[in-house]
Amino acid sequence: MTKVVTDVTCPFCGTLCDDLEITVSDDGKEIIDCQNACAIGSEKFLHVSKEGRVTRPRKRQPDGSYKEISYDEAIEYTAQMLAKAKKTLWYGWASTSCEAMAIGHKVAEKAGTIVDNCATVCHGSSLLAIQDVGVPSCTLGEIKNRADRIVFWGCNPAHAHPRHMSRYSIFPRGFFTTKGHKGRKIICVDCRYTDTAKCADEFIQIEQGYDYELLDAFRTVARGEPIPDVVGGVPKEKIISAVNTLKEGRFGVIFFGMGLTHTLGRNHNIDIAINLTRDLNDFTKFSIIAMRGHWNVTGSGQVLSWQYGFPYCVDLTRRTHARYNPGETSSVDLLRRKEVDACICIASDIGAHFPIEATRHMAQIPSVCIDPHINLTTEISDVHIPVALVGVEVEGCAYRMDNVPIACRKVIDPPEGMLTDEDLLERVYVRLCDIMGDA
Amino acid sequence: MTKKITVNLITCRTIQQGVAMETGKTSQKYYDAVSIIHMHEDDMKKAGIMANTNVRVTSKDGSIVVKAVRTREDLVPGLAHIPMGPWANAIVSAYTYSTGEPCFKGFDVEIEPAENEKVMGAVELVQTLCYGEERKPPARE
Repeated sequence: MTKVVTDVTCPFCGTLCDDLEITVSDDGKEIIDCQNACAIGSEKFLHVSKEGRVTRPRKRQPDGSYKEISYDEAIEYTAQMLAKAKKTLWYGWASTSCEAMAIGHKVAEKAGTIVDNCATVCHGSSLLAIQDVGVPSCTLGEIKNRADRIVFWGCNPAHAHPRHMSRYSIFPRGFFTTKGHKGRKIICVDCRYTDTAKCADEFIQIEQGYDYELLDAFRTVARGEPIPDVVGGVPKEKIISAVNTLKEGRFGVIFFGMGLTHTLGRNHNIDIAINLTRDLNDFTKFSIIAMRGHWNVTGSGQVLSWQYGFPYCVDLTRRTHARYNPGETSSVDLLRRKEVDACICIASDIGAHFPIEATRHMAQIPSVCIDPHINLTTEISDVHIPVALVGVEVEGCAYRMDNVPIACRKVIDPPEGMLTDEDLLERVYVRLCDIMGDA
Repeated sequence: MTKKITVNLITCRTIQQGVAMETGKTSQKYYDAVSIIHMHEDDMKKAGIMANTNVRVTSKDGSIVVKAVRTREDLVPGLAHIPMGPWANAIVSAYTYSTGEPCFKGFDVEIEPAENEKVMGAVELVQTLCYGEERKPPARE
């Protein structure tokens, strides 16, 4: 008989849906079906049981081919590399549990590495802005139950957070939002007429890269001052009407994504979006939330913050104290300027998601990639250490995009003999202490 | 003489890219979903590009061959879109203006037809760009 595991948390995006139902085979080793998940989430669960998965570490040979090695050899290589390197970049963390992060940071502190997470190429700019001006925010549950004005600015949840709209932001009926979609006004600001825009009551097509100007115009109108006839390709009348719609709401929220953090202006775009939220609070209740991408990238920021005081780009190389200076201690800059002489990529993919100039340096220096599957970083690393998949084969804690911690469940057993992130990092720590001559 | 057009390029997630990434970055599905450029029909006409043929996209940081497709999500003329992944990142600048964040969206690229050129596979592409044509890794002690 198959068994159904209920209330499973989906380890894909920052929405962290926790209502999945996974059907597993009676021996508890194979996933047969996945209910309630989006296309990406179900692919993640169903893919685990497919053939061709690497279950043992691999080491690259001089001719470029990979040879299977034991976990002991892989741990030895990693510990030796950490002990030998002058400055190691340890990047990733966004797709593993908070428990594993805490152990990893212990290793990083011992070896004196840089610890950086995916926010560095994602919502890093948002974190900079939040440090500058603060953030009036709320939880997704409050949005479901209270919000009647929703703004999507430079984000496309229909593609990147597929169940966000149905669980929290557009369609659900809540305590004070009994009419669901009909009771909400949705405004979407984007340079493309995205699938999210198609669900919106009002679509504002902005000229790419003019977000700061348009947000400034929104603020100016909110304060009752005049603006030019066209701002960022948007006519004045449309801006005035949108601001009036926002002011008339009882509870509003701005969701923003990579459209603001990746374009020119970076943290200043977020800064002014937060200030617009603050201004709108003179008229009604307004919040702002970053559409965090990876399922536990928020968790990495949380763990780093409570351990070292900074959410990403943490430099532990001084050993006496943690430093933080994005632009200097950020992964892409460190790699582009060739400032690191070893690299560990854990639960992320430099090869696929960093600009090639940064990836190229990573490919030259000694490197280890810790990831459950083969990806593009494993193919340019010296050693690939496969681990059990957190959220599917291992339980652990993750933080949703609104900073709410949610437990992830274990659904099936990992392949026999496969280590978890936590076991692996603990063993690297023990070996590193041995090599460095103190316990 | 082949025609060239200059457009503003953005890179971001698509749901097809997300699903294919979970299938595996070395899969055919990932290749099909990510090694493409979404273009507006007017831009295609201007550069003499047929839908579903290969094009060469060149920025100041690199040059890459991908397949041109008509977009489902409407673009304005002069704006093109490559899903996030190694093909897009082959032409994205690593310069971060001291924020740590590269400019993944909003940079000029030239697009020209390249019907006879091949679109490289994901691993082949990354290894070639990192190690050169022979894809030979650096020697270690």
